Amino acid sequence: MKPEDRIKRRDKIRNFSIIAHIDHGKSTLADRILEKTSALTQREMKDQMLDAMDLERERGITIKLNAVQLTYKANDGEEYIFHLIDTPGHVDFAYEVSRSLAACEGALLIVDAAQGIEAQTLANVYLALDNDLEILPVINKIDLPSAEPERVKQEVEDVIGLPMDEALLASAKNGVGIEEILESVVKNVPAPSGDPEAPLKAMIFDSLYDPYRGVIVYIRIMEGTVKPGEKIKMMQTEKEFEVQEIGVFTPKPVNKDELTVGDVGYMIAGIKNVSDSRVGDTVTHAHRQTAEAMPGYRKLNPMVFCGLYPVDTNDYIALREALEKLELNDAALQFEAETSQALGFGFRCGFLGLLHMEIIQERIEREFNIDLITTAPSVVYEVFQTDGETLRIDNPSEMPEAQKIEYVLEPYVKAEVMVPNEYVGPVMELCQRKRGNYIDMKYFDANRVNLIYELPLSEIVYDFFDTMKSSTKGYASFDYELIDYKESNLVKMDILMNGDKIDALSIVVHRDSAYERGKNVVEKLKELIPRQQFEVPIQATIGQKVIARSTIKAMRKNVLAKCYGGDISRKRKLLEKQKEGKKRMKTVGNVEVPQEAFMSVLSMDENK
Amino acid sequence: MPKSLYVHVPFCEQICHYCDFNKFFLKNQPIDEYLELCASEMEKTVHSFPTDEGISTIYIGGGTPTSISTHQLQYLLAKVKQHFFLAENVEFTVEVNPGSADEEKMAMLYEMGVNRLSIGAQTFDENLLKAINRDHEAKDVEKTVELARRVGINNLSIDMMFGLPRQTMSQWKSSLEIVCQMPIQHISAYSLKVEEKTVFYQLLRKGKLPMPGQETEAEMYEYMLEKLNENGFHHYEISNFAKEGRQSLHNLTYWNNEEYYGIGAGAHSYMDGVRRANHGPLPKYMNALKNNELPYFEEHVVPTMEKMEEQMFMGLRKRNGVSIQEFQKKFGKDVYEVFPQVIEKLKKNLLLEEDKGRVKLTNKGLLLGNEVFEKFLLGE
Repeated sequence: MKPEDRIKRRDKIRNFSIIAHIDHGKSTLADRILEKTSALTQREMKDQMLDAMDLERERGITIKLNAVQLTYKANDGEEYIFHLIDTPGHVDFAYEVSRSLAACEGALLIVDAAQGIEAQTLANVYLALDNDLEILPVINKIDLPSAEPERVKQEVEDVIGLPMDEALLASAKNGVGIEEILESVVKNVPAPSGDPEAPLKAMIFDSLYDPYRGVIVYIRIMEGTVKPGEKIKMMQTEKEFEVQEIGVFTPKPVNKDELTVGDVGYMIAGIKNVSDSRVGDTVTHAHRQTAEAMPGYRKLNPMVFCGLYPVDTNDYIALREALEKLELNDAALQFEAETSQALGFGFRCGFLGLLHMEIIQERIEREFNIDLITTAPSVVYEVFQTDGETLRIDNPSEMPEAQKIEYVLEPYVKAEVMVPNEYVGPVMELCQRKRGNYIDMKYFDANRVNLIYELPLSEIVYDFFDTMKSSTKGYASFDYELIDYKESNLVKMDILMNGDKIDALSIVVHRDSAYERGKNVVEKLKELIPRQQFEVPIQATIGQKVIARSTIKAMRKNVLAKCYGGDISRKRKLLEKQKEGKKRMKTVGNVEVPQEAFMSVLSMDENK
Repeated sequence: MPKSLYVHVPFCEQICHYCDFNKFFLKNQPIDEYLELCASEMEKTVHSFPTDEGISTIYIGGGTPTSISTHQLQYLLAKVKQHFFLAENVEFTVEVNPGSADEEKMAMLYEMGVNRLSIGAQTFDENLLKAINRDHEAKDVEKTVELARRVGINNLSIDMMFGLPRQTMSQWKSSLEIVCQMPIQHISAYSLKVEEKTVFYQLLRKGKLPMPGQETEAEMYEYMLEKLNENGFHHYEISNFAKEGRQSLHNLTYWNNEEYYGIGAGAHSYMDGVRRANHGPLPKYMNALKNNELPYFEEHVVPTMEKMEEQMFMGLRKRNGVSIQEFQKKFGKDVYEVFPQVIEKLKKNLLLEEDKGRVKLTNKGLLLGNEVFEKFLLGE
């Protein structure tokens, strides 16, 4: 392409994404836009095209970003190139969201005409503002009988401070207002700037591992031009590669001779691992480097940790392979081998947050068919020891002895809960119980309240969402961000079985709730562990002190006192079954514990 | 070569709530035809697996063998005698439901050479009898015992059950008290095991079967050992007790891991080192024989390893356990070498002991038999 053509093309490009709360109609709107811009024939049109993975579809959220190139013939008679960039909708992926927003010049802010603003919408609006995007508000679902567009407009003005006089009204479901939205994109979203002839500066906003092609990197070209065959360099990881293929998604991948300023597309360059192509990193030419990398790059640190163990110990290798495969695709996932006396060989894994953790677990179970035992999620504690040393502990069983600890800090988050008036009570109660500090309460209108609390992250990872959901009938929306580490009166609680510590069941817990948690665990274990040939005491301890105990009575009778006549094979089968059952148990000390007991205790929440 | 014979009569007038044996509601069943086909199975079996020794034990079980008519039952017994050569001192047992054999039937049994009855009393508590859906009353047991003795059958065994739903220790004690007063020679006492495909299983799943629990069951068992011992019943197998010289020779065949013929729908046999199971459903069993085939549903050639395992987990059911020398003689191997460390460990855990060249369960091991037997399964 000639330099002047590149400029001409650049000026016709509009890059934007859609910001919306789950269920506010993002995917439906994206589908309508795809239809209107004839990216797909009807036959190819799959509902909710952008949510590719099954899992995403099921959870109704988008985990992996996607970018689609569309052509739109505007009312001014010109043809425009749109890049619609999809964003994940959850707080765990705030960084990815911020990077994909950084690949845009504009964003459609979708607000449900009946429900108004939700916690996550707000978080993403602020990310868009941080990235200086042109925000185009759209009030969606105006077809609903309960729609109150005027009230919602007022709410957006009050809460976010965005002028709403030009807000568009739409019903993505019925195709109402779609053209107006597209025209507004043409008119209001700025075209990309940047010199196509400058040294290459492209930002990675996602990457995906493909077993046949290696890593597929999603890039937005900020400056310069890139072509196949060129040597490129990742500015953060300093790795160099040769470009094999570049192209755009329409949404089918279509390869191109070059990508230039404003383009959003993919690049394949023989990259073996997504950790070599980290989200937020800048791609430049190896021999003609841009002066400055894109700002805002961050190496993601996991906030939540847990142990993942195969139920069947024979699956250990398979689990490692699964984690390695997922890691290819997920630079934020961390794992290292760990051994638990109770659970055997497994992995300590770090995640961005709870949802990220759940997604990884589910994918391992579903896509790789490995049953998992997951230890209780833990946060990272900062432990200041009496000897002056400071430790960062992400595994409760590694917590030092109480007398060695001067004090412990734990991560706190600022949590915003948006909730209808009538549920304020239960939410406040929950937050108090979870050791929350009340910060503020704002009324959006007569009906909706935004509660702000500071909460220990460890309380959120233990049974917070479910309780909140059930006590607000699902009406609350929730968002949080890490703010600080604070000192807390934390203790490590161990579970002893027949005098032996079960490492996998150790937890760090606030002193005030230790008794309750300990009691629950020992009772549950008593229920689930079959009788052994001897009596087995189960204790919950803090240091040397026993805070709760239960006893599994000794097995009194296990003998077949029944006449099967000559059916010896039946007797054999019965004994084989018994033996097989024991094989599936883990021997802790000399106690045989069924996997279910661990799983049940580990998944135990306080309502049960 | 088999020296024992089991014949299955799979008909009942009433189905007990705990029973998962191969049995069919009597009404409208082709009983005569079934018996004829049993006879043809006998003929074929003896032809295919001849034995030059006589049969020393016969057991006619069910189902309820006495639920069929005197004439029908007589036909079956006659066919047994026609096709099998009986040893002189054959132990010839028929299972009898209390009250289901009248004087004529009982006399016929005696005439046909039956010399032992196994009477399914289960309990002497009327409420419990109803709760498990037996079709007799407690007093029928005594009547049956009397009747048997009157016609000349003097070797009598009574089946008892414990660990029944809602059964209390005192109910169990009084049942044992009654049975100890009877002029019988043998007692089998089984603890209820809830099996699939039974009414009890349905109830259990719905949480509506109040089982006494492990503690009570163990206490019932221990009490029984004491009580029966006091009354001259020698404990010779986990669930079996006998007066001097009156052990069940037929059941000892199983525990001694010896071979036996099995005739009838769902019957099991062990001939020439092969364990077989007959078709259970009547049409399948009968069709096979009508097509002139043996009615086998399953055949399993028992490898030597399994034979040795069975020698142990069956043999250890006997109070006098397994003879080390007999094991050596039968398999040409030392039991300690075949099961390395198994016996040693179980001895260490006080579950097994060795006495006069025999390995056997300790008193503690008796109640934890399955924990012991399991350890003798070496295969994967």
